Amino acid sequence: MERVAVIGVGMTQFARERPAETAADLVFEACTRALEDARLSIEDVDVVITGSNDFFDGRTISSMAVMDACGSYDKNVSTVEGDGTFGAAHALMRVLAGWGTVLYCAHHKGSESVMPLITNAMFDPIFERFLGIEAVTSAALQARAYMDRWGLDEETLALVSVKNHGNAFRNPVAQLPLETTVEDVMGSPYIADPLKRLDCAPVTDGAAAVILADREHARSAGSRAVRVRGVGYSCDAFHLGDRDLADPSALRDAAARAYRGAAIDDPARQIDLAEVSEVFGYMELMWCEGLGLCGPGEAGEMTASGRTARDGDIPVNVSGGCLSANPVLVSGLNRVIECVLQVRGEAGEHQVEGVRTAVAQGFNGPCGQSQCVWVLGGEE
Amino acid sequence: MSDGGVKRMYLVVESGQAEQPFRWSAGTYGSRFLTAIRDDGTFTGIKCPKCGHVYVPLRRVCGPCFTEMTELVPVSNEGTLVTFSVVSFGFVDPSTGKHRAVPYGYAVIKLDGADSYLIHFIDETDPAKMKAGDRVRAVFEDEGERTGSMLDIKHFELV
Repeated sequence: MERVAVIGVGMTQFARERPAETAADLVFEACTRALEDARLSIEDVDVVITGSNDFFDGRTISSMAVMDACGSYDKNVSTVEGDGTFGAAHALMRVLAGWGTVLYCAHHKGSESVMPLITNAMFDPIFERFLGIEAVTSAALQARAYMDRWGLDEETLALVSVKNHGNAFRNPVAQLPLETTVEDVMGSPYIADPLKRLDCAPVTDGAAAVILADREHARSAGSRAVRVRGVGYSCDAFHLGDRDLADPSALRDAAARAYRGAAIDDPARQIDLAEVSEVFGYMELMWCEGLGLCGPGEAGEMTASGRTARDGDIPVNVSGGCLSANPVLVSGLNRVIECVLQVRGEAGEHQVEGVRTAVAQGFNGPCGQSQCVWVLGGEE
Repeated sequence: MSDGGVKRMYLVVESGQAEQPFRWSAGTYGSRFLTAIRDDGTFTGIKCPKCGHVYVPLRRVCGPCFTEMTELVPVSNEGTLVTFSVVSFGFVDPSTGKHRAVPYGYAVIKLDGADSYLIHFIDETDPAKMKAGDRVRAVFEDEGERTGSMLDIKHFELV
């Protein structure tokens, strides 16, 4: 798959609360930036796709509320309810279906709702929801299952938080740069053991947008066009009790599909940089293993040895990751955008030297139920 | 629109106490599962004719095989702890609308005779006192108090 490229990206500033902007205002901000980045005007865009979630927005057909803000008036428009990696995959398919330029935007205003009530509603209403189980507490079950599987301690999980909050200082749109130590993470209050406050991503307001294009439009974008080399996705069982929570099997499948398209057979050597959706610190370790950046059970050691640091041989989340800004739905799109910027060499202060091939990962559902992987960049 | 006498620059509109009530069907198999708990204090599993996997709770289709299941099999009220978490953050209980007292425990449990796991409360709030592989058993609400929901199981306890 070498027929589609990302030719424009835009992110808003991410913050705990953006009280001056409605969701539509944030969408407008992100789309305007993406269009500027692509040197296009809205008239040049053939198709618009929006990403939103009715529960998070507290309104039915939430996508309609941002229609004007993304310039979709009178255009070919559809909506994806799910993480930005999946929304962008839909945009990719519209390009493959013959549309020259596709704008996809996603928004999230975490400040407007009560997060645990909404993520509780992911669970089956007959058998699971009554427990009050939600994103954080289900992740806690997964974190312990993963630690037990490989004999990891909480200090190892804390390394991810220290690294990513530190990386966020170089990312101007990040919400939560923090100078922190393993002791600080260990000393932060337990939310649901083994997860502590600093192991968990914050609540965030923000939006992001990308413009995907066919070969002809990518050619006019020149060196700013970043090729989409492979995209794959895969879904694990719905009931948490049907899954082996310690094994990122859905991600392994998704990665294999993306790598097949990208002709990658040795990801640890062929991928220069990764952006993964570590909504909780331990997830970065699991997702690195699922992406094949190291062997099963090896990500703790890989992180402790500094290999995933900004100056390591396979930097992971140099942007600060989800731990430093977690606009749900937008988060996966941010991973794609960060990879695009890195391949272009335009990531500013957090640019890593010589990134040619980058991988982005996002997920939907509790404990990374449904996974999506993007491989971006590479030589023509 | 003011906060403690201070006029807010950016206003918000609140949803108030609006509710969105639903009535979810438990279906044939969900009803059987919950009825056995309510009337007999027992668990039931369902077995895939193709792969032999026994599922709790009951459902009609084996996902991996995409095969209809009909064979109900008894499953023990006892099992082993797969993983757990002790929850320390305050949370509004979705089934009562009230703040639940913290801490409380969640557990993933493999009942004897089943292959898939059940998620429920565990009556232990010290993580140092539990580990994967520990034996657990279900504690039910008193007979006559059970209503046909998963809350008819009070919690699991360490044996």
